[in-house]
Amino acid sequence: MLDKELRSMIGQVKDGRMDRRAFIQCMAAVGLTAPLANQILALGGVAMAQGASTYKPTKRGGGGALKLLWWQGPTLLNPHFATGTKDQDGSRLFYEPLACWDPDGNMKLVLATEIPSVQNGQLAADGKSVTWKLKPGVKWHDGKPFSADDVVFTWQYIKDPATAAVTIATYRDLTVEKIDDLTVKITFPKPTPFWADAFVGATGQILPKHLFADFIGSKSREAPTNLAPVGTGPYKFVEFKPGDLIRGVINPDYHMANRPYFDTLEMKGGGDAVSAARAVIQTGEYDFGWNIQVEDDVLLRLEKGGKGKTVYAVGGDTEFIALNFTDPNVEVDGERSSMKTKHPLFSDPVVRKALSLLVDRESVKKAIYGRAGRTTANFLNGPEKFVSKNTSWEFNIEKAAKMLDDAGWKPGADGIREKDGKKLKILYQTSINGPRQKTQAIVKQACQKAGIEVELKSVVASVFFSSDVANPDTYPKFYADIEMFQIPLSQPDPSQHMRRYLSTSVATKENKWQGTNFPRWVNKDYDAVINAADMEMDPVKRAALYIKANDLMWQDTVFIPVMHRLKVEAAANNLRPVISGWANETDNLFDWYREE
Amino acid sequence: MSQYVLRRLLIAIPSLLGISVVLFVVLALAPGDPFSELATNPNVPPEVQAALRAKFGLDDPIYLRYLHWLNAMLHGDWGFSFVSRMDVDQLILQRLPATLYVIGSAQILALLIAIPVGVYAATRPYSLFDQIANTLAFVGFSLPTFFTGILFILIFSVTLDWLPFVYTTDIKATGIRWVLEMIRQAIMPVAVLGLFQAASMTRFVRSAMLDVIRLDYVTTARAKGLGQATVIVKHVMRNAMIPVVTLIALQMPAVFGGAIVTEQIFRIPGIGSLLISSILSNDTPVVMAVTFVFACLVVLFNLIADVLYGWLDPRISLR
Repeated sequence: MLDKELRSMIGQVKDGRMDRRAFIQCMAAVGLTAPLANQILALGGVAMAQGASTYKPTKRGGGGALKLLWWQGPTLLNPHFATGTKDQDGSRLFYEPLACWDPDGNMKLVLATEIPSVQNGQLAADGKSVTWKLKPGVKWHDGKPFSADDVVFTWQYIKDPATAAVTIATYRDLTVEKIDDLTVKITFPKPTPFWADAFVGATGQILPKHLFADFIGSKSREAPTNLAPVGTGPYKFVEFKPGDLIRGVINPDYHMANRPYFDTLEMKGGGDAVSAARAVIQTGEYDFGWNIQVEDDVLLRLEKGGKGKTVYAVGGDTEFIALNFTDPNVEVDGERSSMKTKHPLFSDPVVRKALSLLVDRESVKKAIYGRAGRTTANFLNGPEKFVSKNTSWEFNIEKAAKMLDDAGWKPGADGIREKDGKKLKILYQTSINGPRQKTQAIVKQACQKAGIEVELKSVVASVFFSSDVANPDTYPKFYADIEMFQIPLSQPDPSQHMRRYLSTSVATKENKWQGTNFPRWVNKDYDAVINAADMEMDPVKRAALYIKANDLMWQDTVFIPVMHRLKVEAAANNLRPVISGWANETDNLFDWYREE
Repeated sequence: MSQYVLRRLLIAIPSLLGISVVLFVVLALAPGDPFSELATNPNVPPEVQAALRAKFGLDDPIYLRYLHWLNAMLHGDWGFSFVSRMDVDQLILQRLPATLYVIGSAQILALLIAIPVGVYAATRPYSLFDQIANTLAFVGFSLPTFFTGILFILIFSVTLDWLPFVYTTDIKATGIRWVLEMIRQAIMPVAVLGLFQAASMTRFVRSAMLDVIRLDYVTTARAKGLGQATVIVKHVMRNAMIPVVTLIALQMPAVFGGAIVTEQIFRIPGIGSLLISSILSNDTPVVMAVTFVFACLVVLFNLIADVLYGWLDPRISLR
């Protein structure tokens, strides 16, 4: 039904009887959003909308210095070795992909001339190949011409396992061939609905062949250009001190008209988020502060009469509480939380449901996240077109208590509910981080009122997020009943994100806890839906499948979503930064300017 | 004398080896993984992490890794940072100037305050000056640097807007303006650290002076008819300085080691902030190199202090 309607709508957009904006609004109404709607149109034969530009300056340069404050400074400048987004941010100042993402999740061309679509023949209807046309006349910062050879080389460089590039997963299975000097063709082994991963955004930054050719494979770490990038970007590299400072200067030969605006660029690292907010918002020493994860109260206070303000970008990052489906307290074959066990409390779905009624998302938003959070019932919160409208959440202690009563969990002498000798006592772990500890306290309080005893545990982030096999406190080991954190959604597509919870990917001792399914949730329907979505070329059907996957998680209460988190940045009042929730902060740097 | 120095240097070798073993083992056993950030990124397959671990030799047994490290260190190779993928000595050298400048100035400031104030207070014990100096000293070392640092920022940067609170290593000015800017941005961190050090050092100088000032030879010197200044400077101070020299010598390595908290607050790209960020990202080669260099400096400055004793007090023979 939906399918048919959609097709007719796509037809209308094609004929010009319906405008693109109206189409996207319709899509949003049925639960699909911008990046997806655009990809739907691309597959339906209408070219993907090119991201709109709000750039106003009419000449290149003249904007003075742009001072960026990254409280975790980049420590290396090869995007394919980046251990965190900070390194991608730093590399992206100089290197460029073929296209990037604008704030609405639309594709914005950088080194390519046209967005591939079925209509212009650059996108195969079966989703098995995509052809990119490169911008002519682009030069690397050292004056050498940029061509298809560089794109092909970047693929070869990354896919060599000896190079140990962190982006290998994107490039390993595809083939890139040069058609002519300004055309490359990417071939996928199977239908790939989300074709805009390779060479797009942070993971798509293209390296110059002439400088990296000798440093492919095991010699990769010796390349001098790992620390002194030569790219095609709006700013040329001047100086790099790991963790402290990156300096750049305007690229007078930049390939986009009237860009960039600023004459010099400085990215300073170090310190903490609060003082970074202060340096941008209150004293105006810096123009832009990255990732200002500070309580909203503090930000509001700083903003009063300050020299800067906070800037928000909506992406798909969800802070969640995951429930353990196995028993963390019983050791089987040298492993706790083993798949051979069942969680003594959570095997009763009523307990899981009750727990989700006890998470007061509204209070968490009010007390902690403020403008940087949105309450949600969904695990998958973006892009829009993938967000389910079928779910709901509520905070209701009485209802939770009643549900538990009805299911036979009666309060004992100490006020803690029990059934068959099993007490409702749970261990709740997360990483050490101010907002997380406050959320823990809010949840614990509600649970206590409902007769559930909660023990809180916080683990240093460097341990909690590590893959250290010897450490019992990592999140994949999950030696607790519930745990809370967030997994960033780094591209406007949910496929990688949702694949993590396939029943074949459970984290176990056997795979050294490298399996991605840490709640150890097994659901055949979910597996089927995800595997179908991976092959589905029809964007509407595909979106429907991911919505179904999200709903399955919701029905089983695998995750209790706490907050849909927005990116928070600080910017000087007169700076016009362009920030996308679907990309790195520096992804649209060429469009930044200062209002006179 | 030279024989003494040589012998002390030889004794230092086994102790440094011992220190390096302890440091290495502790770091190797510590929890955490330099590639942990990759674990939360759904785009990075676990195999990549495994390949990186193998590439940097993290999967070898500890004793092998230690021998590799020791061998490299003896050849002047300080290691290779996992996180920055560059040589550790380069990283440290980049950070050294800022640390030497800021922490060094703070130590000099501390000495310039502590010695005159301590000496003067000791010559007039329990006078009004002594009482005030004592009170301020107590206040000074009771307030931690992270507190005074933030207080200074709030007063001088936010409210008064006189001084910048983000330390920058590339000041866009030349000549005298560059010098002035360098001084301006260092005022707050130097004052925070210097006053903290000065407070405890003042107390130390004062009590060392008081111990000596009551001795008979001082009375004899006065009886000879020597002036107060000569007695204090030539007779009392020279002897009273022996414990002070020990204290200062042991603080000298800190000049190279940086001040972790202060560097973090003012974003000074020094050794201290390198150390803390490396610890947080589990970049063990950097942590190992910094701590080991620190250990070497402690041993070296101890030796220098011992040699200085002989100069200050020839009765202490160096054998």
